[in-house]
Amino acid sequence: MWNGTRGIHRLGGAVVPEGNQKKERKMLQFLNNHFYDVEALRGYLLQREMSKVHLKNRSFTWLEEQHGPYSAGAFFILKQGGAVKFRDKEWIRPDKYGHFSPEFWNFREVPVEAVDASDCEINYEGLDNLLLLKELQSLSLQRCPHVDDWCLSRLYPLADSLQELSLAGCPRVSERGLACLHHLQNLRRLDISDLPAVSNPGLTQILVEEMLPNCQVVGVDWAEGLKLGPEEHEVPVFIPGCPWLKVTAPVTLRQPFPCPSSGLGR
Amino acid sequence: MVKKSSMAAAAEELGPAPGIQAAIAAASCCAKRGTRHTSGPGNPLNALPLGKLGALPISARGRAGLTYLKASQWRVGAGLGGAPGEVTGRQPPIAWGGGALRATGQLARSSEWRLVRSSDRWDNSEAAVRLSEGAGLRGAMIRRVLPHGLGRGLLTRRPGTRRGGFSLDWDGKVSEIKKKIKSILPGTPCDVLPDTSHLPPEHSDVVVVGGGVLGLSVAYWLKQLENRRGGMRVLVVERDHTYSQASTGLSVGGICQQFSLPENIQLSLFSASFLRNINEYLAVTNAPPLDLQFNPSGYLLLASEKDAAAMESNVKVQKQEGAKVCLMSPDQLRNKFPWINTEGVALASYGMENEGWFDPWCLLHGLRQKLMSMGVFFCQGEVTRFVTSSQRMMTTDDEMVTLKSIHEVHVKMDHSLEYQPVECAIVINAAGAWSAQIAALAGIGKGPPGTLQGTKLPVEPRKRYVYVWHCPQGPGLETPLVADTSGAYFRREGLGSNYLGGRSPAEEEEPDPANLEVDHDFFQEKVWPHLALRVPAFETLKVQTAWAGYYDYNTFDQNGVVGPHPLVVNMYFATGFSGHGLQQAPGVGRAVAEMILEGSFQTIDLSPFLFNRFYLGEKTQENNIM
Repeated sequence: MWNGTRGIHRLGGAVVPEGNQKKERKMLQFLNNHFYDVEALRGYLLQREMSKVHLKNRSFTWLEEQHGPYSAGAFFILKQGGAVKFRDKEWIRPDKYGHFSPEFWNFREVPVEAVDASDCEINYEGLDNLLLLKELQSLSLQRCPHVDDWCLSRLYPLADSLQELSLAGCPRVSERGLACLHHLQNLRRLDISDLPAVSNPGLTQILVEEMLPNCQVVGVDWAEGLKLGPEEHEVPVFIPGCPWLKVTAPVTLRQPFPCPSSGLGR
Repeated sequence: MVKKSSMAAAAEELGPAPGIQAAIAAASCCAKRGTRHTSGPGNPLNALPLGKLGALPISARGRAGLTYLKASQWRVGAGLGGAPGEVTGRQPPIAWGGGALRATGQLARSSEWRLVRSSDRWDNSEAAVRLSEGAGLRGAMIRRVLPHGLGRGLLTRRPGTRRGGFSLDWDGKVSEIKKKIKSILPGTPCDVLPDTSHLPPEHSDVVVVGGGVLGLSVAYWLKQLENRRGGMRVLVVERDHTYSQASTGLSVGGICQQFSLPENIQLSLFSASFLRNINEYLAVTNAPPLDLQFNPSGYLLLASEKDAAAMESNVKVQKQEGAKVCLMSPDQLRNKFPWINTEGVALASYGMENEGWFDPWCLLHGLRQKLMSMGVFFCQGEVTRFVTSSQRMMTTDDEMVTLKSIHEVHVKMDHSLEYQPVECAIVINAAGAWSAQIAALAGIGKGPPGTLQGTKLPVEPRKRYVYVWHCPQGPGLETPLVADTSGAYFRREGLGSNYLGGRSPAEEEEPDPANLEVDHDFFQEKVWPHLALRVPAFETLKVQTAWAGYYDYNTFDQNGVVGPHPLVVNMYFATGFSGHGLQQAPGVGRAVAEMILEGSFQTIDLSPFLFNRFYLGEKTQENNIM
């Protein structure tokens, strides 16, 4: 039942709850509205979740002093569950138990080239550690639930080196955060697909492309969201073989004909 | 499990539901402190004490039946119920217990009042059952009260039968009584006696005058920093619940750290971190998370030759305090923002982080929601009078000084003569553009000019215009809020090539603040030329709409007034921020709450913003006001 609470806190829960989960959530809301105890318990659990995230994103200043910024930053990413690639070395990934090889502690002077922080719980404070990696070239923040517009405004120190950035699937990133990526003038590839908080993906793509002329912006088809022109109307579609069926479908450039669920060839 | 009754939130001040017995007693007497005052001739019903439960509807016959009770049999406890921490006045034992509606168990424990003791265990359903048996409330009470004399036997008959007949329409009476009982039961609106749910409570520890972002911020931090949960009762009085003229809603919503005073920079930095973590600060279970629509695009201030040195020193102070600001030369400006015309610009400062603009309504709504969940009272009304008491004291320099303290606030309802006196311990003046009127009500400024008594609060409303225009070839998505050397400013609004901006007029051409009408000629003559000069694309633009709002302008030094007044000891100010109140509200709210709860500023020291400076003549001037 408590999975329901976690889903409520996380904005990453863009998944529509199925029937059972919905019922549980309604039951929880009812209890919450009528009993102080339930409200207090939920508040406590929420606080605990938040403090867990804070703990994960604490600053590793001591490690930075001991082993240098690159190792400290790499340790932070690996601890979160991401992967790092040092220059001229292989990718270091934690296994499914969260263990990773400690060889990177010896790479004091070797800069980190690429970071894959997909699905990590990095937030604004955690970026302190990420920004230690001054010569980062590729950063992937796909599906990070706590990366929002404020975090994007902090990426400008990496402007000299960053060439590839991926923000696909981040639930809290909107077009307002994308506006502050204009500092990253060396960016060559930017992935902004599947951002649920962006209000107008097609227009945003165009504006971002204008903002970053040397960059290849990937992810959103600019035709998406365009309304049908006057000559493209809804056309009644006759499926051969079933003259009793009449399906009207809008004719667009990309969608295939919807298959009728009549048992015909399905 | 502790159940929240449906009355729980509403009837916090009443304590345990008194049940019918207290209601009976309460109904029949004029309260010494009625909860409703009108300045017109009251109708006798008004004199009855009212509360959420209302009083038991007693017919005239019922009231007559109660005359059997001796006044001395009532003992009203000194604690008149209500939430802990309430400032309760001590009241003498009241005949029928005007405050009995709020009476606690002390009333019930009076041993002479056997009905009361047994009715401890009455619940409403039992009463209803008794009534429906036809016993009649009055009959039940008389039966129990009269000690000797009439034997029980006589009284077991129905009351009507004593007279040898039966009253007509007995069924009608029963149904009427049933209806009245139902209206007392919790959950149903009591429409027997006039409703007072729109009135503020009679007592409140803190009264915040003004429900804008500053007032709500002070209320939030007071509740957040209090030592015990429910330790303080806070009432927020707002005159206009639509916020049609409030500066908060009409504001452009910018936040920046580019000030010349370190205190302003620190306030702004704290506010940025508050807004960033707003879903932790203002979390309400079951409510969706707040989306402030924050644009982290930063501020770009341009300086001409003569202001360049001041800007450089300002930026140094800002960097020291921790703001992320950088200086740019005209060449760098052209590189970064090709749509700018750098003619006349010697230096520019650009804020990179924690600067931008957001939606002030969202912040206001979030604060309101959180405050309601924390148990702050809201009231829509206007403060018309402060009742103060004074004390003459001797200073260390052997001077006599009169210290005043406000102990009652009269809150008048809209479109009516009705007012409610609220006893209070502390008053916060967060009335924005109208703070001077509130201060005058407390007697601030009534005295010979040049003395502390005669120093008025120098905050007045100043009208500022904001224009929205559309320019399809205008600057792109990365546009910060640009503030020109001439004082004109603009920023992007949304994705659709819309921009909004304005300019502060010079002192001589200040518009009349009597209303919020927009002067479009001002844009044509005073704003557009400067914009077109700075951004050539703005030569072709089309104004879509415009609005006007008030700055609570501090005519002395354009910085806020925070802290207590030296002579009116329990009035605290949180006003006068002259256009940057919204971005400093969280920090100022915390500072005022610390001042009230701890006695001094704990986190950010706002002593340069105290009221004393107006009398001492020490200006804390802020140079970067837009």
